[in-house]
Amino acid sequence: MTGLAFLIPIALGMGLLGLLAFFWSMKSGQYEDMEGAANRILIDDEEETEW
Amino acid sequence: MNVPTLIAGEVEPEERALIGTRFTVPGMKCAGCIGKIERELPKIAGIESARVNFSAKRVAIQHDSTLDEDDLTQALLSIGFEAQRVDDNPMGTEAGERRKLTRALGVAGFGMMNIMLLSVSVWAGAEGATKGLFHWLSALIAMPVIAYSGRPFFESAWMALKYRRTNMDVPISIGVILATALSLYETITGGDHAYFESAVMLLFFLLAGRALDAVMRDRTRDGIGALLGRMGKSASVIGADGSTRRVDAQDLEPGMLVLVAAGEALAADGEVEEGESAIDNSMLTGESKPEAVKAGDILHAGAINLAAPLRVRLTRTAEDTAIAEIARLMDEAGQSRSSYVRIADRASRAYAPAVHSLAALAFAGWMIAGAGVHQSLVIAIAVLIITCPCAMGLAVPTAQVVASGALLKRGLLVKDGSALERLAEVDVALFDKTGTLTMGEPRPVIRQLDDEARRVALGLAQHSRHPLSRGLVAGLRDAGVEPANVESVTEEVGHGLKGRWNGLDVGLERPASGAQELASQLRIGDRARTIVFHDQMRGDAAETLDRLSREGIAASILSGDREEAVSEAAVTLNLPFLAEATPSEKLETLEAFKAKGQRPLMVGDGLNDGPALAAAHASIAPGSASDASQQAADAVFIGKGLAPVALAIDVARKTMAVVRQNFAFAIGYNVLAVPLALFGYVTPLIAAIAMSLSSLIVVANSLRLSGAAGRGDAL
Repeated sequence: MTGLAFLIPIALGMGLLGLLAFFWSMKSGQYEDMEGAANRILIDDEEETEW
Repeated sequence: MNVPTLIAGEVEPEERALIGTRFTVPGMKCAGCIGKIERELPKIAGIESARVNFSAKRVAIQHDSTLDEDDLTQALLSIGFEAQRVDDNPMGTEAGERRKLTRALGVAGFGMMNIMLLSVSVWAGAEGATKGLFHWLSALIAMPVIAYSGRPFFESAWMALKYRRTNMDVPISIGVILATALSLYETITGGDHAYFESAVMLLFFLLAGRALDAVMRDRTRDGIGALLGRMGKSASVIGADGSTRRVDAQDLEPGMLVLVAAGEALAADGEVEEGESAIDNSMLTGESKPEAVKAGDILHAGAINLAAPLRVRLTRTAEDTAIAEIARLMDEAGQSRSSYVRIADRASRAYAPAVHSLAALAFAGWMIAGAGVHQSLVIAIAVLIITCPCAMGLAVPTAQVVASGALLKRGLLVKDGSALERLAEVDVALFDKTGTLTMGEPRPVIRQLDDEARRVALGLAQHSRHPLSRGLVAGLRDAGVEPANVESVTEEVGHGLKGRWNGLDVGLERPASGAQELASQLRIGDRARTIVFHDQMRGDAAETLDRLSREGIAASILSGDREEAVSEAAVTLNLPFLAEATPSEKLETLEAFKAKGQRPLMVGDGLNDGPALAAAHASIAPGSASDASQQAADAVFIGKGLAPVALAIDVARKTMAVVRQNFAFAIGYNVLAVPLALFGYVTPLIAAIAMSLSSLIVVANSLRLSGAAGRGDAL
């Protein structure tokens, strides 16, 4: 029973953390350009640093 | 023209003011394009940075205030992308709606998982104090989650009830609130069952459907909004003392004298008092050929002055202009369309009352049978939840979102779900000619030009904004020509361009003879040659029409252009045609089709097509169309091909097939599940699980559409 006293708050806290992370990522515009994000990994870094 | 927003850039020693301007670039297709734009643009003097949004096909450029829209368009063109300026804030409230739903969805998901965690423990056999604690914890999570995530439904249900109507959200709201209240009662009295998880799960799946619907509306509105707002919104009025001041279009009055600078769009109708120039009337007529104007000629609002400044005495302003007249026609024609009832609404109109009465009957029936308030209520809630139109709510939006996403990848923006539904129903197609069946922009015939001539022509033409010069630049660039370094280029209004190259006088001028065709004359030293321009047919026009006829859709041409020009195209494509049609004649043609019970599809680009586009059962406009036409159309296609038109019909029909399957499944599921719930064999938990499962099946079925538009590069 005492285990529950730790485990439940931890479980809820982690869930809440995930929710906050989701809100933050949405606010910072990470879902604005899903296709672009998927494509960006294909751009070479070396070329990017040329300028 | 919008005032660009000032962006607080990094403060540099000389405190340069940076401006943010956004462009839509339909030609971006791969990672290479993102890299190229973001890497190459900042190399140009004055451009600080560029950031691409690939999904919206947009580029945001941070640049010096010395660069204007045209410089930036040129810069993008020089690295190979056609671009158009975007209004500064096209995604306002709609994006807010989507975000609100997404946030609610996130909260519901969080609540659902955590409550489920506790519920599973209870079902697994938690007893006594532990069970009580878990119920209380569930209540603690569920109450705020339901209050937050349920708002979209509660608000809409409240609105409906206030006006003594009912909608899909009413049974949902009642079900959720009743289930929550009952669970709370159970928790407080230490009862056996709480149904918080069912209530939250219900919200989660319904929100998923709503969020998808919002995505659908947003995605396309972005694309359309991108091309709005190019008409003259203000004018320079010349006062009695000769000074000029800017006046908004709606404050202009007949009799005012305005100065129209080169490149400016007219904000009202008027008569030229002084000056000679050429105007681009394509917004009104769809005809790309520039018209020469002189004192005494009548100009219409929306015409763009191409060459020299003009003084224009206004005759008709604001509501009385030719454009406003067409807009009014369009508005009236569009009325009939707004009465179209979407399939989901048709379903829910029949559905909501049925669900209510069924749940009420269940409650009454069990009360009469002597089951007690508590058990009767549980059964009534189970009925409400199990018949909850989750699968129904998802049936339409999922299919439409997936289909429109697939179409977007192939270069077609569908405005909303009802557009897809109407596109699926069309049985006859009408095409405008200029700009629709043809490219709508003059392209030079450059076969007979040698290399030197091509380079000089490009060197000269890139200095001008004249439509022919622009066509020439586009044509030569496509052929991979590098511009010659022509020096001291000057543009003389009404005549052409002059410059020096390799010690020779060169020029690009209006041909001497008053030829009928679109042409210009290239002069290098003493040698002159004529460059002829053609409005090319879209490459896949014949193929597209063929596909349409295989779908059972007969096509014909409905154009405002000259008879001989139209008949030439009609013969090539083997289509019946009607030429020299005015906007109201086009409208009448459409109405005649509708009166016969047919459902016409109109494809057109000019403002003169606007009323017809609005009146048609469904309509499609090319991305090069006038703003008004794009607004009136249900879908907009970009690129050089006509193929998206046939594709749109094809995918729309497949989408409706999937929607019908989804409905059939949802109804079949209810027919099976409702009797079980009515007779009390289903607890609210099982109802929630069954409902989720049916929702998932519907989503999976809709996902099959992602391949419907086919793969590969259509642009």
